[in-house]
Amino acid sequence: MSWFTRKDKGILTPTESKREAPDGLWYQCPSCKKAMHTREHRLFAYTCSNCNYHEKIGSQEYFELLFDQTKYTELDAMLSSGDPLNFVDTKRYPDRIKATEKKTGLKDAVRTAHGKVNDIEIVVSAMDFSFIGGSMGSVVGEKIARGIDYALAHKIPFLMISKSGGARMMEAGFSLMQMAKTSAKLALLAEAGIPYISLLTDPTTGGVTASYAMLGDFNISEPGALIGFAGPRVIRETIGKDLPKGFQSAEFVLEHGFLDFIVDRKDLKDKLSSLLGMLA
Amino acid sequence: MRTLLDFEKPIAELESKLVEMKKLAIDNNVDVSVAASQLEANIEQLKKETFTNLTRWQRVQLSRHPERPYTLDYIENICDEFIEIYGDRNVGDDKAMVGGFGKIDGETVMIIGQQKGRNTKQRQLRNFGMPNPEGYRKALRLMKMAEKFGKPIVTLIDTPGAFPGLEAEERGQGEAIARNIRDMFMLKVPVICIIIGEGASGGALGIAIGDRVLMLENTWYSVISPESCSSILWRSWDFKEQAAEALKLTATDMLNNGLVDGIIPEPLGGAHLDYATATQTVKKVILNTISELQKLSPSERINQRVDKFGGMGAYK
Repeated sequence: MSWFTRKDKGILTPTESKREAPDGLWYQCPSCKKAMHTREHRLFAYTCSNCNYHEKIGSQEYFELLFDQTKYTELDAMLSSGDPLNFVDTKRYPDRIKATEKKTGLKDAVRTAHGKVNDIEIVVSAMDFSFIGGSMGSVVGEKIARGIDYALAHKIPFLMISKSGGARMMEAGFSLMQMAKTSAKLALLAEAGIPYISLLTDPTTGGVTASYAMLGDFNISEPGALIGFAGPRVIRETIGKDLPKGFQSAEFVLEHGFLDFIVDRKDLKDKLSSLLGMLA
Repeated sequence: MRTLLDFEKPIAELESKLVEMKKLAIDNNVDVSVAASQLEANIEQLKKETFTNLTRWQRVQLSRHPERPYTLDYIENICDEFIEIYGDRNVGDDKAMVGGFGKIDGETVMIIGQQKGRNTKQRQLRNFGMPNPEGYRKALRLMKMAEKFGKPIVTLIDTPGAFPGLEAEERGQGEAIARNIRDMFMLKVPVICIIIGEGASGGALGIAIGDRVLMLENTWYSVISPESCSSILWRSWDFKEQAAEALKLTATDMLNNGLVDGIIPEPLGGAHLDYATATQTVKKVILNTISELQKLSPSERINQRVDKFGGMGAYK
């Protein structure tokens, strides 16, 4: 019998992914494994300075990146979810909401704000994937609808930043109808000739893709973002084959003609204001 | 050979007993009228009990009954004339989405709907009622044509979902559905949408924005099928009954939640037992609703359509 015995089996962590710094100080790129200081990462708009991997970020980060002097007014901040169907799966829906609120500090999966991007007034709705997979329920639909109403009333452009797995099952029929509600409002915005820019970020799938995310005057995206209607797993099961490399990536979607352009997040703000400036 | 769902079997047994009894009576020249009428009453009673107390999952099963009337069955039974129109003027013709101009009691109507197949070969041809992007684009093309000629639009919804395939993604399934949803709001002509079978998610909604959205009694309409919901939320396919209950996806549920405008009754036991009654009921509803909607101006209809869907949601 040896003196030392290994208590845990299968310790296989490769050297480069071993964490040696405390949480919060260093960011490690999940793609190229390069470590960088979180301050530097933020400075690079949460992209990797080495391989340009675009880290998933939430509404707060987008607002800070986009709005001048990070000044903005949040709209309908207190709207929160009901439980119209008394939905219970492995958990009661209101419990799930409460737990997620506590974990994320968010009220639901979208936040809307009004402010200026390089001096151009704009309404921005940005989704948070951390809130039940960015799923679209009544609150998401209503906040986007009100954001569009605000843009309509003040005749200012509307930017939607999507990041969502799709519909929120716990709201079933109500969730489905948010696709209709948001699209109805976008129809009004289009009639009024007000620009609508839809930024599809990683990932944007399901009912969100099949409604407001694909209805922009400009549908734009970030490098490498997953964009699709059906999720890759469902498609793989349907066709019984592995999917080609790069399938449903922003680059793939652009090649098939459904994106207007892909923009590096570091250039997002300037490109937006440049585009909106041309339309004004 | 009839296909029987589990809860249809006891009724079918009694019915075959009745047939046997009547045959015996004729063969042996005996009077069984008392027993027969008793049995008939029992059958009627059992039917009523079964079909007024269906669980949500049983409704889902009825909505998928292989003998249920499909879009082309309605068209055939409702229209005096019908000219089918094919193609999206872009990449092809989607056999899972059919449409064309039809005449119903002298009224020209554009009818569009998903189409399922009756046997293996047809099912393949119709892709199980799952349209590709070109199906949705064909539908929109036909709707715009109806608008151009000032004809009302009727859509019949019966799909297990938009097709989740590789080419469907390449050709922009999401974009096609999204565009339909948005553009249907602005159609100047009356639009009536009827769920005749399955109303699964965006694949259904892509042709279901209307002034009136109606559901046949034994149909379902929701954001996901009970099976897929079970597999995602319960991580197993075995909770479909529970998922169906949780999703509140029946016509009554959807009406109570204010997400559809009405229910069209079916013959006792389901539309598949009596095509004539089922299709004639739908025909009457279509004609009545069209004349009701034609009293409004196009802008009134559009405003009401936008406001109706704009008001859907539950939040605090």
